[in-house]
Amino acid sequence: MSEHLLSIITFLPLLGMAMLLFIPRDNEPLLKGFTLIVTLVTFGISLPLAFNDVFITSGGMQYTEFVKWISIGDFFQMNYNLGIDGISLWLVLLTTFIMPIAVLSTWQAIEKNTKGFMALLLLLETGMIGAFISLDLFLFYIFWELMLIPMYFLIGIWGGKNRIYAAVKFFIYTAVGSLLMLVAIIFIYYYAQQSALDTNGFSITQFYQMNVPADVQIWLFLAFAFSFAIKVPMFPLHTWLPDAHTEAPTAGSVILAAVMLKMGTYGFIRFAMPLFPEALATCMPYLATLCVIGIIYGSLVAMVQSDVKKLVAYSSVAHLGFVMLGVFALNLQGMAGGMIQMVNHGISTGALFLIVGFIYERRHTREISEFGGLAKQMPIFATIFMIVTLSSIGLPGTNGFVGEFLILVGAFESELRWYAVFATTGVILAAVYMLWMFQRMMFGELNNPKNTLLKDLSVREIIVMLPLLLFIFWIGIYPNVFFDKMNPALENLIMQIDGKQQIAVVQKIDAPKHIEFK
Amino acid sequence: MENLVQAALKTVNFYAIMPSVILVIFGMVLLLIGVFSKPGRTTHIAWIGIIGLICAAAATVSAWNGLAIKDIGIQFGFADQVAQDGFALFFNIIFIFSAALTILMSDDYLRREGYPINEFYSLILFATAGSMWMASATDMMTIFLGLEVLSVSLYVLAGFFYNDVRSNEAGLKYFLLGAFSTGFLLYGMALLYGVTGTTNLSEIGLILSSQHQAMLGNPMTIAGMLLLSTGFLFKIGVVPFHMWAPDVYQGAPTPITAFMSAGPKAAALAAFMRILLFSFAEMQVDWSALLWILAVLTMTIGNFMAVSQTNIKRMLAYSSITHAGYALVGLVAANYIGFSGILYYMLAYTFMNLGAFAVLVLAGKKGENNLTYEGLAGFGFKRPFLGVALSIFILSLMGMPPTAGFTAKFYIFAGAIKAEYIWLAVIGVLNSAVSLYYYLRVLVAMYFRDPQEDFAWVSMPLGAMVSIIISLVGVLYLGLLPERVMELARIAIF
Repeated sequence: MSEHLLSIITFLPLLGMAMLLFIPRDNEPLLKGFTLIVTLVTFGISLPLAFNDVFITSGGMQYTEFVKWISIGDFFQMNYNLGIDGISLWLVLLTTFIMPIAVLSTWQAIEKNTKGFMALLLLLETGMIGAFISLDLFLFYIFWELMLIPMYFLIGIWGGKNRIYAAVKFFIYTAVGSLLMLVAIIFIYYYAQQSALDTNGFSITQFYQMNVPADVQIWLFLAFAFSFAIKVPMFPLHTWLPDAHTEAPTAGSVILAAVMLKMGTYGFIRFAMPLFPEALATCMPYLATLCVIGIIYGSLVAMVQSDVKKLVAYSSVAHLGFVMLGVFALNLQGMAGGMIQMVNHGISTGALFLIVGFIYERRHTREISEFGGLAKQMPIFATIFMIVTLSSIGLPGTNGFVGEFLILVGAFESELRWYAVFATTGVILAAVYMLWMFQRMMFGELNNPKNTLLKDLSVREIIVMLPLLLFIFWIGIYPNVFFDKMNPALENLIMQIDGKQQIAVVQKIDAPKHIEFK
Repeated sequence: MENLVQAALKTVNFYAIMPSVILVIFGMVLLLIGVFSKPGRTTHIAWIGIIGLICAAAATVSAWNGLAIKDIGIQFGFADQVAQDGFALFFNIIFIFSAALTILMSDDYLRREGYPINEFYSLILFATAGSMWMASATDMMTIFLGLEVLSVSLYVLAGFFYNDVRSNEAGLKYFLLGAFSTGFLLYGMALLYGVTGTTNLSEIGLILSSQHQAMLGNPMTIAGMLLLSTGFLFKIGVVPFHMWAPDVYQGAPTPITAFMSAGPKAAALAAFMRILLFSFAEMQVDWSALLWILAVLTMTIGNFMAVSQTNIKRMLAYSSITHAGYALVGLVAANYIGFSGILYYMLAYTFMNLGAFAVLVLAGKKGENNLTYEGLAGFGFKRPFLGVALSIFILSLMGMPPTAGFTAKFYIFAGAIKAEYIWLAVIGVLNSAVSLYYYLRVLVAMYFRDPQEDFAWVSMPLGAMVSIIISLVGVLYLGLLPERVMELARIAIF
């Protein structure tokens, strides 16, 4: 069982999707219930990962699986190679944790074609988990693209008014980036083959040992970084995000924000940075500048939004800017802060999108000006909204504080000190746009007659929110459980990037002849 | 005199061309059956044609196994005019699939459009036999023979709807331009014969090899090669010889459009590859440079013309030009990965393109004026199975994993990158990014727009369903478990 744990987690949703196809399309409760059970079981099976202490002692890959998949003479070889370490651990768990919540959130929101919606959600889960645990770049690419298709349909079929534009934009942006990455992936493979490295397929752990000359690195890094920066998204490649987030149905927005944006940051951490450390160093000032611009720009644009969902979407740009800044600090504090902030953002922003979904289901509008004084009408809703808002701002005691604090400390201690100074203004701006929005919606006079009919949260909706609130406080008060398991892997990674160990581990490989681009 | 005949007969080896012999016999039998059948009844003829193709496939497979068991790899026939090797046999399979899928989707279509004429199927079988001769030809004369059999059949097929102006235009246009390009081809062959004194491909290669450096630089050789290439590039539909393609593709009966974009195109590529490798291996640097430019032009111009189309059939026609450009990338790479990538790509393309056309054939009304993006609005919800099938074919044409289109593109671009044609690969993937735009429009129409019509006229006849299911299986099999076929494509290269 445990040696195939990762495969089971990855393909259980796919199996569920196949079984779902045999349920009659008009039996909605069964369709939703079955999907919920599949996602819950997946979460249950993935839980032992969280309690395995091996991640505290070792930063290496655990639960590895290796099966030869495609082997074509000396042409190329791909393997089915999975593994998990402290970095992907929490992202996989975040995925399996968010999915049941996303399914629950659709209970009333999705009315047309439930069967297709649920099938796509399950397909999406397989794609996301697979991308987090692939150790073979070819396999990773397949899962990476596999995520794209269901999300495209989720936005396009069940989205808002402007859904077609948003869906196509989302698809094309992401696909352009990944196609360039594909060229880079193939190039690395043949480069490794030329370097007489004992290539074992597109194995990422073996590519780590390669010393690519700096002038080649820079191209490869740009190809990877472009693809991941679109997904993160980093300024100025973020423009697909507000459209996609705003138009997507609630479950889609939650998954996009909570998990799919993390693909980009994860891609940087797992692939782009350790594979091409020299190019990373060269590009660092530019990348950090983009992070800071993203933080400030995202916050400022969020501030002036009249649509709550758009506001939350732009706040994601700012939050992900923080995550990337922490990661680029290249020290343990910054990286751990970035990692925990990825989880935090998944929880807090996911929760915010759920809240926006609740209010949208009731009023069918998301304009801030339509609301006001809701706190009197919906006290439970107001309380939960307040907690989530504060967590998003980063109030001490909530999860957001831990992440942002560590990121800023890490950045101050690294060469990114001045960037951190500017980034700090983002913390203030976050308080401005979030609290202002909260004030306009929840406080004041209840003067819109339509709002006097609003009902407070139902039991189902409270159940959806409770696990998220639990983690908001857990990470805020006692985050060590999480750090203990991610630190060894992060230390490994930092050493890898610093390149200090590189030469000690493998004999220096002769660089192949100069590559001429034709 | 008798001895000469006997000697000639000794070199005859029907076994080496067995699949095409079977197809020709079946083609003629179909003509006879047609004479004795009631006019307008063609279903049995179509299915007998399928049996013929299955027999040809069996002959191909047994020939492949024979080569493998005897470990010889190649078998000649007709005084070294044809060769039966892995290369030819792999292409035979592509031709057989494209012919079979075309025939399966045609029967109901022809009745709907009012042309249930039995010669249609014989012509497809003859065209397939011609394609097989092109792929197995090791002599310029055999290539020409195969090309003519193929082309004449296609001229008739393109103009098959004799009362339809556009179909007439397609037939005539294809005939005039095709005859012109064949003229170029023959002129090139004549020049090469003049230089080398032989029509045999390998002998030309030997003569042009390093012992005869002077011949390489001979303007007659270069002119011969360029003229020869022009003829082939015309058939493949490479820019700037692509002008005929959109009109012919639009005017021809839809299954024929599908057929032309897969089988005959593969045949021309096969013959072109063999000539380049057998005869002009010494000039590889030159033709790679030339084809680099043509590949880029073909991918880009095909794409940009496809973007502006509103008719889906026309869009697929232009996009097939783009796909020819991707296939050329493998030729530019000029390494084993690139060459076997072309074989794999053409097989994958046959499945995905013919599958897409098969769904469109079903979705169309008589006259097919509704095959626009708007006309397909809501198709996916009204016809769930056909919608999912067309989505998978379109995703495959885009090159999304896990479909055949992705593994095929990967194969081709791997060849280019291995040969360090990085920019070519980058241009290639950027073109695939552009193609997303128009392929996505099909999905947008099918799923994101509300249905305007109920699509009640869409029937699901057996033949078309079989062709869709075969294509689906092919697309997913080549996408998920590509190892076996990729390996076959690898050993099929000389």
